[in-house]
Amino acid sequence: MSRAPDPIVLDNVTVAYDRHPAVHHVSGRFAPGSLTAIVGPNGAGKTSLVRAITGAGPVEGGRIDRGRLAASDIAYLPQQAVLDRSFPILCRDVVLMGDWRRVGLLRRLGRGEREAAEEALAAVGLGGFGDRPIASLSAGQFQRLLFARTLREDCPVIVLDEPFTAIDAKTTADLLRVVARWHGEGRTVIAVLHDQDLVRAHFPETLLLAREAIAWGRTATVLTPANALRARRMAEAWAEHPEACARAA
Amino acid sequence: MLADALLGPFFEFAFMRRALVGCLALSLAAPPLGVFLVLRRLSLIGDALGHAILPGVALGATLGGLSLAAMSAGGIAAGLVIVMLAGLAARGTGLREDASLAGFYLVALALGVAIVSAGRTGVDLMDLLFGAVLGVDDGALLFIASVATLTLFALALIWRPLVVETFDPGFLHHAGGGGALWHLLFLALVVLNLVAAFHALGTLMAVGLMMLPAAGARFWSGTVGGQVTAAVVMAMVASIAGLLVSFHADVPSGPAIVLAAGVLWAGGLVAGPQGSLMRRWIRRPHLAA
Repeated sequence: MSRAPDPIVLDNVTVAYDRHPAVHHVSGRFAPGSLTAIVGPNGAGKTSLVRAITGAGPVEGGRIDRGRLAASDIAYLPQQAVLDRSFPILCRDVVLMGDWRRVGLLRRLGRGEREAAEEALAAVGLGGFGDRPIASLSAGQFQRLLFARTLREDCPVIVLDEPFTAIDAKTTADLLRVVARWHGEGRTVIAVLHDQDLVRAHFPETLLLAREAIAWGRTATVLTPANALRARRMAEAWAEHPEACARAA
Repeated sequence: MLADALLGPFFEFAFMRRALVGCLALSLAAPPLGVFLVLRRLSLIGDALGHAILPGVALGATLGGLSLAAMSAGGIAAGLVIVMLAGLAARGTGLREDASLAGFYLVALALGVAIVSAGRTGVDLMDLLFGAVLGVDDGALLFIASVATLTLFALALIWRPLVVETFDPGFLHHAGGGGALWHLLFLALVVLNLVAAFHALGTLMAVGLMMLPAAGARFWSGTVGGQVTAAVVMAMVASIAGLLVSFHADVPSGPAIVLAAGVLWAGGLVAGPQGSLMRRWIRRPHLAA
């Protein structure tokens, strides 16, 4: 990675499913090299928003300006559970998938790539696991493996969706060191998280989301009891037959 | 004596040699596709596509006569059309692809049987469904060999994205590696192989040589490459054994080959080295660390 990434600017972004807004008129900016946590109650639209940011999901209204960043310049690690962990493949081969943007369909995966894969495995605490089938990994080790693959993607922007859910404290601490390394290298990192103590300790910026952006800025000014109460009220509000949004026009 | 029973038929009779070469060529190409179908949780898609090519074969025979070219072209066209329609319907509506394909193939199968029964195609429905491997002529053999060659080259080319897309489709798509293209190319190869196999084994039995070794392969290896190798070996053994049984016991050859593949599959299921029943039944003491 040679230069600082462009900022990612959200301009009045709405994501809706069957007309119901999951993310409603959110505006703001992820600065280049920032480390931001997205927090909020379940159903607050966190996953919908990061899917829209990475280009993996639809945007109903408004605009997401990624500057010169292509959607494929963003490494995206979705929530766990969708992958088949009994798939017959070795850990090294999963990490090597991170080289796709460089090698594509035809270019050779040589010794250099294999050594880099071993280094990435070592960096997430899986040194020497290259020849193991993924079926032998625990849930925590599997998440470490996906972080190793994300390391090899070497993208200027990294988006993580609930990376530490159902992961033990030691694994979380190790993987937070990888996140800190990305931050230190000037990459923009965005992570959906639930543990507010962890956010306070490790994430300088926070977006509190409850369909709308309740607060967005320095973590200490966002994670206040008053904001938490507003977020909960907003998330619980549900109208059976709402009218069309007046701000949509 | 034993050697005579095993080798004699192939030395003595040209039709046995042709059947052997045809089945071995099919065994090289079809089982690897089956392994990917199993891994993509599309095991029954092969079956559906096998039925789906029937109306095309019947139409080809009606329009172009009982020629290899006409029937093959019809089968390939029908298979590709149904793959495309099912893919479009699934992506356009959120209907699951297997449900979508099930709908299309049932309609296609009914259409095929109606065409064969109503028309004066001169095609025996039993031959269409169950094939006649001992009647494989030079033209059919050349067709099977061409399809096998094309399949192996195509698989070598798309192997990397196919494995990644099977394991984590979201990742490949997001990294700019495409998605639907590999899936459609892969299904096109499946269609090609089913049409090639149908000349030897018939539309129903063609699926057997593709899926049974593939389903059995997971009991022999823990990597995709290993499973593909295991599936090819099993298909070859089943082909040879099936042809010999067919010759000596006077059983139709298609079912004999598929039954032999079934025996190998059951063998792996019971006693294979990876996650078979025996591995679960026989308790071995746990390790110290």
